[in-house]
Amino acid sequence: MDILIQQLFNGLTIGSVYSLVALGLTLVYGILHIPNFAHGALYMLGGYITLSMMTLYGVNYWLAMFVSIIVVGLLGVLLERFVFRLLREAPPLHDKIAAIGILLFLEAFAQFVWGADFHTMTSPYGQVVNFMGLTFTLQRLLIIVSAIAVMVLLYLFLKKTYTGSTIIAMSQSREGASLVGININKVAMLTFMISGGLAAIASSLASPINLVFPGMGHLVILKAFVIIILGGMGSIPGAIVGGYILGFSESLGATYISNDYKDIIAFILLVVILTVKPTGLFAKGER
Amino acid sequence: MKILTKRNAIIASIIFAFSFPLIAQNDYYLHMLTLSFIWAIAVYGINLLSGYTGYLSLAHAGFFAIGAYSLGLLTVKAGLNFWLALVCACLITCVIGLLIGLIALRTKEHFFAIYTLCVGYIIYLVIDKWEGLTEGVRGLIGIPAPGNIGPITFDTAASQYYLVLTFLLAVILVVYRIVRSLTGRTYMAIRNSEDLAQTIGISTMKNKLTAFVLSTFFAGLAGALYASFIRFIGPDIGSTSIMFDLLMYLLVGGIGTLSGPLVGTLLLVILSQNLQFLQEYRMLIFGPLLTLIIIFYPRGIAGAVFDWQSKRKDKQLPNVRAEIHIKAEEG
Repeated sequence: MDILIQQLFNGLTIGSVYSLVALGLTLVYGILHIPNFAHGALYMLGGYITLSMMTLYGVNYWLAMFVSIIVVGLLGVLLERFVFRLLREAPPLHDKIAAIGILLFLEAFAQFVWGADFHTMTSPYGQVVNFMGLTFTLQRLLIIVSAIAVMVLLYLFLKKTYTGSTIIAMSQSREGASLVGININKVAMLTFMISGGLAAIASSLASPINLVFPGMGHLVILKAFVIIILGGMGSIPGAIVGGYILGFSESLGATYISNDYKDIIAFILLVVILTVKPTGLFAKGER
Repeated sequence: MKILTKRNAIIASIIFAFSFPLIAQNDYYLHMLTLSFIWAIAVYGINLLSGYTGYLSLAHAGFFAIGAYSLGLLTVKAGLNFWLALVCACLITCVIGLLIGLIALRTKEHFFAIYTLCVGYIIYLVIDKWEGLTEGVRGLIGIPAPGNIGPITFDTAASQYYLVLTFLLAVILVVYRIVRSLTGRTYMAIRNSEDLAQTIGISTMKNKLTAFVLSTFFAGLAGALYASFIRFIGPDIGSTSIMFDLLMYLLVGGIGTLSGPLVGTLLLVILSQNLQFLQEYRMLIFGPLLTLIIIFYPRGIAGAVFDWQSKRKDKQLPNVRAEIHIKAEEG
């Protein structure tokens, strides 16, 4: 029973990280219909920037995370402006390939600057806490709390502010948004900025319990794709729910099925979903 | 009339390819060229599906690995004759390709790309973790070189080069015949608009499946040749980085063109061999290159050359314009 609760807690931690990554991915997909394969590289870069800010400049963890959010967010803006905007009228194949090119570049770049080694990030919240029979580090609790806080903030931003609702409007209809005077280019850049920022938050939170290395984004991005297919491409609640479903199934699968094959669970899940329903669960009416 | 026609160029390059072992002083160049021919076979497979039928498959490194491991396991563990194992390896890849294709092709566009990416990853993980069969990360060692056919042996670098070259030419011929036939037109119709193709009575699922299985066949063949050429295989040959390499060869050469896969593979393999010192960092150059090519030259080098040719001819003879555009489509 203790193991079960412990694993549920772990699932909640991993699920929070997955949800944040998937949110960024689904936002961009929702408005531009680009499956951004480079999102995993943004995640990886976020981890590295936070790490270097902390080790090189001795900056506080939160400030380092803030810098990372800004840098990765701006990188997202650059990608939109100089790559994806030029491809907006191109066939969908081109977006995907351009994103793969960016992914390859960013990974080689990280390896060039920081080397191929694995780094550990020490967070100021490494204390071990005992709470009602559960043992966990404070960092894990922090991940859950911050992720939920970010999701609530994002929700309020999208639903309650004027700028946020332009994103929703554009995801509903690009032409419609354009007709009522929304500047599509600005919204696209803003969305990429938020998406990059979310990736940076996710990796800065997750790095202390994982490791920082050039390939750290690979599995995360693949799983994020599984999540947004699970939750419906472009759906925001879907990304959150999907992230937690995957987090729980992985942590339970690792305990009760096989630790070796825990990474495969997500992909089997996806293969099963797409086999039964080729357009994903909760797909909107379009083909 | 003109010496520099397409036909003469093709004949010249075939003659050059066959006489290359006589000219080359160094086995290293032969080795490099043989390897790039093997990759090119796999790239032709991807091109048939992604270039002509319009479905971007990211699982082909996995099929390459299935071909390679089938050959390796059949010869090393089952002790089968090389040629029999080669045939079996291709068949195994096709059967797995057929099963995956049946499901994968129900999805479209982005879903297909993501689905195949995940399938590729599953294949890689299974090879990596199933130590009882594949030896896991230790890899499979001691795969035999191709066996003799009568008096012909394959123990020198030159003879292996000729073997792979023969296979490559056969693959190019098959792809050429397919693309020029009604089947090829059907694939292009599906690429241009699947709904429209269905409306005019094309059984899209059947055609997509044929294209998919054919393209996995080429990938499997390339994998089997790779295994017998390198004599050692590890799970890494099924990894996504190999997939992205193959995709890059295709994109730089020209997706949806006949000469593209060969041009791109040769160019990039030779280029990256000469840039050995930045082997680890070659993606610093190739990554942005890939992105720039897809923005400015979506049909790669081959496409750019055709565009240039047709522009030049346009100036001379405005009325053949339509014809040239059709030719450019066929690549």
